[in-house]
Amino acid sequence: MEKIKSSEITPKSLFLSRREFITGLGAAVVSTAFLTACQGTGLSSLPSAAEPSDKPTSYKDVISYNNFYEFTVDKDGVAALAKDFKTSPWTVVVGGLVANPRTYAIEDLLARFPPEERIYRLRCVEAWSMVIPWLGFPLAKLLKEAEPTSEARYVRFETLYDPARMPGQADTSFDWPYVEGLRLDEAMNDLTLLASGLYGEHLLPPNGAPLRLVVPWKYGFKSIKSIVKIDLVATMPVSLWMAASPREYGFYANVNPDVPHPRWSQATERRIGEYTRRRTLPFNGYAEEVIHLYQGMDPRTLF
Amino acid sequence: MKWLRSCWPEIVFNLAVLAPLAALIWDFSRGQLTANPIQAVQLATGRYALGLLVVTLAISPLVKFFNLGRLLPLRRPAGLYAFGYASLHLVNFVGVDYGFNFAAIFADVGEKRYILAGLGAYLLLLPLAITSTRGWMVRLGRNWERLHWLVYPVVLLAMTHFFWQTKADLRGPLAWSAVVVLLLAVRLAGLVRGFKRRG
Repeated sequence: MEKIKSSEITPKSLFLSRREFITGLGAAVVSTAFLTACQGTGLSSLPSAAEPSDKPTSYKDVISYNNFYEFTVDKDGVAALAKDFKTSPWTVVVGGLVANPRTYAIEDLLARFPPEERIYRLRCVEAWSMVIPWLGFPLAKLLKEAEPTSEARYVRFETLYDPARMPGQADTSFDWPYVEGLRLDEAMNDLTLLASGLYGEHLLPPNGAPLRLVVPWKYGFKSIKSIVKIDLVATMPVSLWMAASPREYGFYANVNPDVPHPRWSQATERRIGEYTRRRTLPFNGYAEEVIHLYQGMDPRTLF
Repeated sequence: MKWLRSCWPEIVFNLAVLAPLAALIWDFSRGQLTANPIQAVQLATGRYALGLLVVTLAISPLVKFFNLGRLLPLRRPAGLYAFGYASLHLVNFVGVDYGFNFAAIFADVGEKRYILAGLGAYLLLLPLAITSTRGWMVRLGRNWERLHWLVYPVVLLAMTHFFWQTKADLRGPLAWSAVVVLLLAVRLAGLVRGFKRRG
């Protein structure tokens, strides 16, 4: 995971004092102006996504601020609408180009692959971020059991489609169900998780219960929620967002501060719970673990 | 009580316009503005600024077609409140969200067309706010009215800003557009009639 030079890090005292100032509205603005003026205004004066104090986002924020268009496009509204979403019984169908296709009841799947805790940064394409202690197991374990055939190149994931239970799916401007995909080697990377919990608890519906993908070096929309189907395929899957707006959302969606989005700066991000922006890191700070996957590819095309 | 009878539209209006700001400050201080309060403030102040701009534009037609002359004194405060909320919107963006980090801001302004549209609207609104006083009206004479025609490009730029920053659900911007188009049509119709009378 990427560390940065300590000289580039905002001193913690300054950073903390700034937070306190901002609790008032009007006067706070003046204080921030003064403090920032004292420390220079370059991008490099901002703390990076990984440093300092890369500590988990509060549980309350993690479960109440969610992008889950299957319920509503309103991030604050998902939790209430998803409150009674039933995640049992639930089955996950693993198939496509595999030697051992299989349908798992969620309980059997989790018993077979016991979750471990992994603390990852989550960077949304909307330029906000969180740090989340997930409970999950590497997707690679499941794929090895399925035994992809030699033609399998990509993994295609699908969210439940059930407008009666997911009211947001009544919005026909999207081509439901939600689909996401990874290249097989991305899917086999040890960072790639299938998560069933966070903060030591089972996932709640707004976070993608009962099973979701977590790909920490890609923008959050790649980490598909409430998965019912995992297929090994030969050609690049078209995700819901690629279909909706191909100019804005690509297949790879690797976090990259140098590739801007028409609405959100990707150079900096707001860590939920903080008031100072952080500099976004290439691959969300996980370059060391994943950069070998993209050797010889132009990183600017990997959006 | 005579005072209350003559001023009640102003009192109701000022309370109605300041209530959302009070609610915003209250929610902010109690940590109830979602997990991302800076963005919540940004969205709310933007909505109020645009809403008040539309109210400003609506007052003249309301006075004319529904004989609501009592509303006319509200036009200037409506415009000034719109400017006030727009200023909060800008200050929140520049100062709170970006901490006056102009390197980060300029990187964004060049890239994001919606920021340019919003900034354009604000820069055009600024002279209107400055010249809203009686003194400036007298000083500018006939030019005052010409200058204040800028409110139309301001609304159009603000609407463009609204559309361009919307991610998926265009229902909000479309609903606002319907109102703005109606108001512009009314004004245009009046203009055409005026030309005919003169011509």
